[in-house]
Order: sequence, then C-alpha cells, then structure tokens
Amino acid sequence: MSIEAKEEFRPKIVAFCCNWCSYAGADLAGSSRLGYPADVKIIRVPCSCRVNPMFVLRAFEKGADGVILCGCHPGDCHYSTGNYYTRRRMALLFSMLDYIGVENGRTRVEWVSAAEGVKFSATMNEFVEKIRSLGENVRLEDLRCKN
Amino acid sequence: MQRIGVFVCHCGSNIAATVDVEKVVELVRMEPGVVHAEDYQYMCSEAGQAKIQAAIREKGLTGVVVCSCSPRMHEATFRKAADRAGLNPYMVEIANIREHCSWIHKDREEATKKALILARAAIAKVNLNAPLKPGESRVTKRALVIGGGIAGIQTALDIADAGYEVDIVEKTPSIGGRMSQLDKTFPTLDCSACILTPKMVEANAHEKIHIYTYSEVEKVSGFVGDFTVDIRKKARSVDMDKCTGCGVCQEKCPSKKTPSEFNRGLNNRSAIYTPFAQAIPNVPVIDREACIKFQTGKCGLCAKVCQAGAIDYEQKDEIITQKYGAIVVATGFDVIKLDAYDEYAYSQSKDVITSLELERIMNAAGPTKGHLERLSDGRAPKEMVFIQCVGSRCADQRGKSYCSKICCMYTAKHAMLIRDKYPDVNVTVFYIDVRTPGKNFDEFYRRAVEEYGVNYIKGQVGKVMPQPDGRLLVQGADLLDNKQILIEADMVVLAAAIEPDPSVRGIATMLTASIDTNNFLTEAHPKLRPVESPTAGVFLSGVCQGPKDIPETVAQAGAAAVKAIGLLAKDKLTTNPCTAHSDELLCNGCSTCANVCPYGAITYEDRQVNDHGIREVRRLAVVNNALCQGCGACTVACPSGAMDLQGFSNRQIIAEVDAICR
Amino acid sequence: MQELINRAKELLADGTVVRVLGWKKGDMPYNPEPAFFESADALEDFVYDGFCGANLSKFMIEASGKEGRTLVFLKPCDTYSMNQLIKEHRVDREKTYIIGVGCTGKLSAEKIHALGIRAIEAVSGAEVGMFTGENEALAAEKTLTIQTLYGEKTCSYKDAMLERCHVCKGKEHKIFDEIIGASADTKDGDRFAQVEQIEAMSPAERFAFFQAELSKCIRCNACRNVCPACSCRKCVFDSNKFDSAQKANADSFEEKMFHIIRAFHVAGRCTDCGECSRVCPQGIPLHLFNRKFIKDIDDFYGEFQAGEDAETVGPLTSFTFDDVEPGVVERG
Repeated sequence: MSIEAKEEFRPKIVAFCCNWCSYAGADLAGSSRLGYPADVKIIRVPCSCRVNPMFVLRAFEKGADGVILCGCHPGDCHYSTGNYYTRRRMALLFSMLDYIGVENGRTRVEWVSAAEGVKFSATMNEFVEKIRSLGENVRLEDLRCKN
Repeated sequence: MQRIGVFVCHCGSNIAATVDVEKVVELVRMEPGVVHAEDYQYMCSEAGQAKIQAAIREKGLTGVVVCSCSPRMHEATFRKAADRAGLNPYMVEIANIREHCSWIHKDREEATKKALILARAAIAKVNLNAPLKPGESRVTKRALVIGGGIAGIQTALDIADAGYEVDIVEKTPSIGGRMSQLDKTFPTLDCSACILTPKMVEANAHEKIHIYTYSEVEKVSGFVGDFTVDIRKKARSVDMDKCTGCGVCQEKCPSKKTPSEFNRGLNNRSAIYTPFAQAIPNVPVIDREACIKFQTGKCGLCAKVCQAGAIDYEQKDEIITQKYGAIVVATGFDVIKLDAYDEYAYSQSKDVITSLELERIMNAAGPTKGHLERLSDGRAPKEMVFIQCVGSRCADQRGKSYCSKICCMYTAKHAMLIRDKYPDVNVTVFYIDVRTPGKNFDEFYRRAVEEYGVNYIKGQVGKVMPQPDGRLLVQGADLLDNKQILIEADMVVLAAAIEPDPSVRGIATMLTASIDTNNFLTEAHPKLRPVESPTAGVFLSGVCQGPKDIPETVAQAGAAAVKAIGLLAKDKLTTNPCTAHSDELLCNGCSTCANVCPYGAITYEDRQVNDHGIREVRRLAVVNNALCQGCGACTVACPSGAMDLQGFSNRQIIAEVDAICR
Repeated sequence: MQELINRAKELLADGTVVRVLGWKKGDMPYNPEPAFFESADALEDFVYDGFCGANLSKFMIEASGKEGRTLVFLKPCDTYSMNQLIKEHRVDREKTYIIGVGCTGKLSAEKIHALGIRAIEAVSGAEVGMFTGENEALAAEKTLTIQTLYGEKTCSYKDAMLERCHVCKGKEHKIFDEIIGASADTKDGDRFAQVEQIEAMSPAERFAFFQAELSKCIRCNACRNVCPACSCRKCVFDSNKFDSAQKANADSFEEKMFHIIRAFHVAGRCTDCGECSRVCPQGIPLHLFNRKFIKDIDDFYGEFQAGEDAETVGPLTSFTFDDVEPGVVERG
C-alpha cells in the first residue's frame, strides 16, 4: 500500500435506515453483492420519522462527515405517514444547516424501497463520493470530541 | 453496567471469508460491559444457539450481541433462544456484519474494521437496553373479507367452515367477480359458471357468512385482533327482504341505454338491474345516475310493476360498524385501459377487442348469445389474430413491467375453442414467449398448436390498420423467420395486461398495508410469508397480491384463510413491546405527538403527578400500547423529549451514533 | 394607562378576575417588568408605556395553574403567542381574561444606548395614550426627549423602536375579551430582508457570520426562558433523555446544537414575537434562526402564521402528498 493511499481521506458516514424499506434495501444490496464503501455505517430505526434532528446534529458533533436518512418512498411508509413527516422535518433542518454555512451535500434524504438494492448501493457510492470531495467536516465537529 | 456476551458468526464462509472473526472477538472483549465473546461457524444453528444459551446461564449475561446476518433474518431466532435460556429477548441486539459488511466489502482489513464498529454500536445499544414485556390484547372472533370474487368467496368459505363468522364486502351488486365473466377455464375447458355458481350459492347459504354487496369499506381503525370497520352499504333502492328476484322491473324499465359493466360495455342494461342472471343476491339495484325517476322525478314504473312492493326510492346509504379480528383483502384485478396502445386500433374498430370481451362474446349469456361474430357487422370472422403481452412485460412507461401470467394460457384456450367450434376460422397468435408453467399447462398449449392447428408466430405486432372494407390489416414480425408478416384479419384480440383493481389503493391506505409501485399489495415476506401483509392481521388473497390464475388464486385464498383462522383461534395476542412511552414529569400535554400519530394511539388524561414534591393535576399524553405500532413519529414531534420509544430510545440511538463516530 | 388601571380595578372588584398580569415599574424608566397584581392597591405600581415590550403570554401558563381567573394585557403581537399557547393546551382560556391594549410600537433601551445616549434618568414621549385614533400615523414621527446624566438628548421614536416593531404583524388583536386603546401598524421593513442577505452569502461567509454570533452565547438561557413557544416543563437540554450537554463552550458545536434545536422545536409554533433577541444579553440576533424556518415554511408549504388562531394544525404536524423533497435546497 502506498503512502498516498494511506493518507486518503476516509469519511465517517452515518446512514439511518428505516426497518421496513431501506434497511431491507441495504440487505438486498448485500445479498446482491452490490458494494459501496465501508465508510457507511447503518443504524436501524423503525421508521425514518424516528430520526430526531438531535441525532443528525449529534453525529456531526461527534465527527461524522455526512449523514444520510433513508426511508420508504412517500406513499409506501409501513406506518403510512411517517416519511411525510420526515420529509418536512429534514427539508427544514437541512435548509437550516445550509443557512449556517454547513457545506453542500453533507446531509441527504433518499427514499429506497426493499426492492431497490441497486439504488441503495448507487446512492451510498454517490454520497461517499460527494463527502470525499467535500473533505472533513470541520464546521460542525465539536473539537472536544476529537481523539 | 450490563454483562454482555458477543457472539460472532462465520456464516460458513459468508462472513468469515471477508471478516476476520477471531480478531473481532478479540477486540470486542475490550468494550465496556463485554464479559464474554466467542465465534462459531453457524450461530443460527442448534449448536450455535446452544452456545449462546450456555453463556447466558454460565456467565450470567444480561445482554447479548450477535454479529451475524441481518436482524430481518434471524433476530427473532436469537431472541427466542435467549428467552429459552431465561434472558429477556429484548436484551438481544444484532450487528449486521453480513449483508451490511462481508457481502459488500472485498478488503479484509476494511471489512474487519467495519464489523468491529458495527459490533461496538450494538454493544453500546445493549448497554442501554431494558427488558421489555409484550402486552396482551384480545381477539375478536370474526373476519372481514374485502372482495367477493373467487378469492374472497373461497377465503370466506374456508374461514366459515372452521367455525368463525365472516363478512364479505363486495362493491358491485353481486358476488362472483371476474370469474363470473369467464366462459370456460383452462386447462380443463370446464365451464366457469358451472364451478363458480355452486361456490357462490354455498357462501350465500352458509350460516357463518354474511355478504354485503353493493357495499364498500369506508373506515378502518384498530389493530390486529381488534379492528373496527365502517362498511357503507350503498342504497340499493330495492328492499332486499321483500324482493323476490322475479325480474319484471328490469324488463319494464324504460331506461336501457347504460353500458353493461358485466358485459364489458358490449351491450346495454336497464337502470334497475342485476349484473347477470346468476347474481347473488338475486336482488336488483337502481343505478340512480341512469334512472329516469331519480333524474327527472317522473317514471316510477318499477315500483308500479313490483308485486312485492320492494322498490324503495327513499332508501339511504347505511353505515355498518363491525369489529373484526382479521381482515383478508381480495380486491382482484381489472384489465388495463388501452388508451396508450392505439397502434392496435382498439378505439378505432369494434372488431379489436380484449380477451375479456371475447370471453363475453363466447359466453351463451353474453351480448351475442355465444355466437362468434364481429361486433361491427355481425359477420362470422374467418381470420382471427391474437396479440399477446399488450401492456405486459413492457419496458417503457406505457404499460406494466410485469408478466400478467394468465394471458398465454387463456389465449391458447380461446384459440382452441374457436378452432374446435369454427374449424374454418384461421387463428394466428403473435407472442413474445409462451409461458406455461403449471400442471398440464404446456400440454394444453401444445394441443392448441398440434391438434388444433393454431398458428403461433414469435414476434410482435407493429400496427393494426382498419381497412375501408372493415377488415383489419395486421402488420407483424416473425422473429424466427426474420420476415415481416401482413394478415388481413376479421377480428383482433388483445391480451391486455391486468392490474390491481383501482379500489386497492384506498383500501391499502385505510389498512396501512403497503403496496408496490404497481399497486399490488406487498407480502410480509415474498417467499416465507406470501399471504400476509406486513400489517399484522391483514392477509392477502388472489390477484391483489400479484397476477395469478384461478387454481393459484384458490390455493392462496385457502392459505390466507388458514392464516386468518390461526389468528382467530387465539384468545389473546401478545403485542409488540417496542412502543412509545411518555415520561409524565416531562410531558407538556401539548398534543403535538397526538397530531402525528397515525394510529390514534395517544390520548390525553388529567392525572395527578408528583414532580419532586409538587403534587398537581396535569394534562398528560397516554399511549395505548395495543394501538401503538412503534414508528416513533411522536418522539420527534415532542420537544421536551418526554415521548420516547422502547427498544429504539433516544439514548440508545445516540449511543449507536457515538459508537460509529468514535 | 389610567384607563387600564381603572378597568383592572373594576374587574377585580366585580370578581371577574382574581389577579392581574401586567407590567410593573422598573428601577429605571426604561425597564418595566412583567408582574402579577393580586389587589387593587398593588396596581399603584402598574405601568404601560413604550418600554412595555415584554410579551406576557407565557406567564399565563403559571396563572392557569392557579385558582381563579387572571386578567392579562396583551399587545396585538402578543395575542399570537396566546393563541398558540391555547392551541397547545398550555393556557386555559377559561381562566384568562384578555384586554387587548393599544400599541404604536415599543422601544428598546439597547437601541437608545446604541445611539450614544447613556446614563438615562428620565424619558418623555414614551407614554402611551397620546397617539390614538386619528393621530396614529404620527407615532413613528414622534421624538423622544431623554434626560441623562450628561444633559438632555433627543432621538426619533422610530430609531429607538424594537426590531420586531419594524416588521409589525399589524394592529389587530387575534384574541381578546375587550380592547382598550388604539394600535398602529409600525411596519416599515421586510422581515425576511436579513435572512435573504445571509442566504446570499457564500457558505464560508455564512458559517463565519453565525460562528461569530454564536460564539458570544453564554448559555444563560434567557432566550429559552422568555420564549412563549419554549414552554416545556423541562427543556430537553436539561434532561438526560438525549445525553445533551448544558454548558457553554465558546467556539464549539454545543451552541449551534442548542440554537438550531431550539429553533427547530419552535418551528411552526414560533409567532416571530422577537422576544429571544430582545432579551439576549449578548445581543445575538437569535430571531434570524426562527425567521429562516418561518421563511422556509412559507416557501415550501405555503404561508403560515403561528398563532393566527388556536385551531389550525401546524406545518410540522401535517403534510401533503407532494411536499418538496429535502434535496430542494440548492446548496452551494
């Protein structure tokens, strides 16, 4: 392994996936062997609407470089309406993060069904690529959390 | 602090080939709370589960983390194993190091690192887990079947035969569904009505079955075992108790210009009508849109001729509220609209018809009394062309991506029947593939080709062009001979794709059952739970779940019935303990949470609280754990953090976030 | 002012109310403070003038827990908060008697200080009641005469007005039992102008701007305590539910977290009363967070004014099937 490769920036990415669609979509990506970078770590939540803005900010505070939420497509929520609330909450939260100067694209919401292993993998590849191009999150990280 | 055991599965080589499981074991030992760690070939096996159970007993574990495949696969397995060893099942968490790690990463070092992080997150979560106890709820011993086609009838009969009350809700005036419109059935060529009508009669006569025709489900609340459903019984304008079914009203009705739904609009019916002669119940309804009495106030002829005095123009819609333990959806299908396929000239020529229309034409009770003739001029056809996959297996947005499954077989049936009855008619079938996977299906198709001389051409039709003489010029391609073909046909029959009945969307929303992009209801598991919806207590019967033929529909209807019976046979159900809970000292009573709850599970009560010595009555949110499904929408709506979700608490998720970002 | 006191005494005397929630003279001419008056005699200290910017709605939560009915004086903009609190069941309407008071713009001592006028001893021209009826329009043209240690100074009333009065929501009371005094719409600015200015900056500039402002935060919680929407019995930042820190740490993420979450929690509920910025001892323009959410809500989901009434469901507890996607924000 070359020195350059070792110094390559490896982002920390937290992906919140709803249990019914997106987590299953991620499972399908797995069983279909559709790879994406190991930088992405998935946290299972019952529904995308379980994701509190506090969790998103907490991730950034603790040094995450990108946070992505995945849920069922609008209209397909297992709980029928959860993702509609997610959509509003995150539209506002992300707009606010943008407003205070957090770089483009560190946050994302994507609707991924249980059948969309291909989309899950493609989304994660794309997101990691985006975060890599943005580099390390310095604007939101709590420096005291760095070790 | 918990005493946590970590169990890392090799999954044969599925995990072990990419993840250094021994290293994960070695490193997780250093995590806070971990007192035991081991790896094994197959954790889900009997021997693997025994290892977990032994460790629980011997090391006094209070928490278990299994690093293995997806929790969607084996979470239940490991939780049951823990339960048998005396550990609360909700003290088990899964780190998904197969689907989310070993299967998608190639670099061993990287995958091992990630597996370790995922294990750490699960350990951090388990550290905050608390034992959870499922609640109990009672089961109403009555089932609702939505849809009165063959699927619904069969499900209802099976449930009723097991001794439970069943209600069928059918939106049209009669049960029978699509099957009642068919003439003959493949691959036996027996008459559809002859096998369906006895079932309809049996359902109608069954003491445990109640049929609501001309009725729709209007509202559903509640949950598995305890649904409350509002059924709108639309005004029939005919008293069902008085009507003798003599049919005089239909004969005398002067309004006879409404296209018959039953005959697919190929002929007309009266304003007061029963859809077909064998309708059950044999009680007509007045189509108020078409009725002269309702539209102009004049007429009233049917009331005059009715000897029984059954006509009731004042009748109103009635709402029936009933409780059910289980709901079976059997809403069936319709044929797609062919607007997007005008190259086949469906809208331009009366002699271009769908296969379902051909069923009506071939049927003795149909618009042509069973004579095969052109609807434009009544002439007998000499040259017929069948076009397969119209809107099925379609790559573009015009049609459906799926195979409608039944068309190959019914086209072979039609071709065979026509050649049998009218040997002088030439029959050509254009197909993409002929799909005949079913008992005696391929033999049936081969008979059509070999014994009946049906001309099968592999290829698609580009265009159907109506000619000035009324014939239809069909331009197609023969892919095997690689040549263009022109046929002057008298009739063209389109095997139009089938799609879920449009009513299913609204019903799915009411039931909070999920549907796929094609509006088919989704199964709880495509292979292992094919007749259950992901919404507990809701079962799927027939084509609402996916295209299928009659034997398959009947088989699935029976399977759905058995699942429903299994539910109804229980006196009590255990409920998911991962529900929301409100901390009464933090609750503001502001109602924000109740506003976002899709289940109406949150109510407010004035309760006495003791807040650090201050005793007062406060308005507080109270969650009904039997109604709560655990989505967590309320937890985010709650600004004070009073509302939290058991099993996915704020602190648990934050612990996972922290572990991942560490 | 005397009219208000007289009416309050009447209502106390006839038993309609058992206490009065109003403003009490402060130790300086410019700092009256919210107070409960339990008797007619206590009303001697009652004051209502140009410096009574404080929104009394939130104190009605406390009053709702007490026996008997409370008379509260609300300016037009305060009534929005009152509606919101009634909607959220925090204030009991049955226990509330609302007198809508006339308002022609409220003053900010900080603004006067900022004009270089310090060591204030007395202010004239801040009285209420001079500009009613047909004289309304004059309110903004009025001049304040200020006695200071360094002699008499003057400034225009308009220049000393609170930021929120420049984006006044109007002279209409949204909820009241009776109204005393006339009000004037003092709006002369666009409330989203500052938000738009910030939006037009580059991400780096935006970050620098908020970093500079928020690093001043000392986590005194004044914004939280005064905010009528921030009415939780216990703030999430004070409980262990999220494992969230409570202390100030300049130049770290904590303050951003606190202020973003605070703004998020009041999004769709904030009436834009501007109290947060009014009370911030560090002068942080906290309303810029709330206004950003309000502007986005208006843009994304249609115009919404929290507290317009006590029934309409808020934008974060409702949805439409075709809402904008979170990716809608064009981020640079």
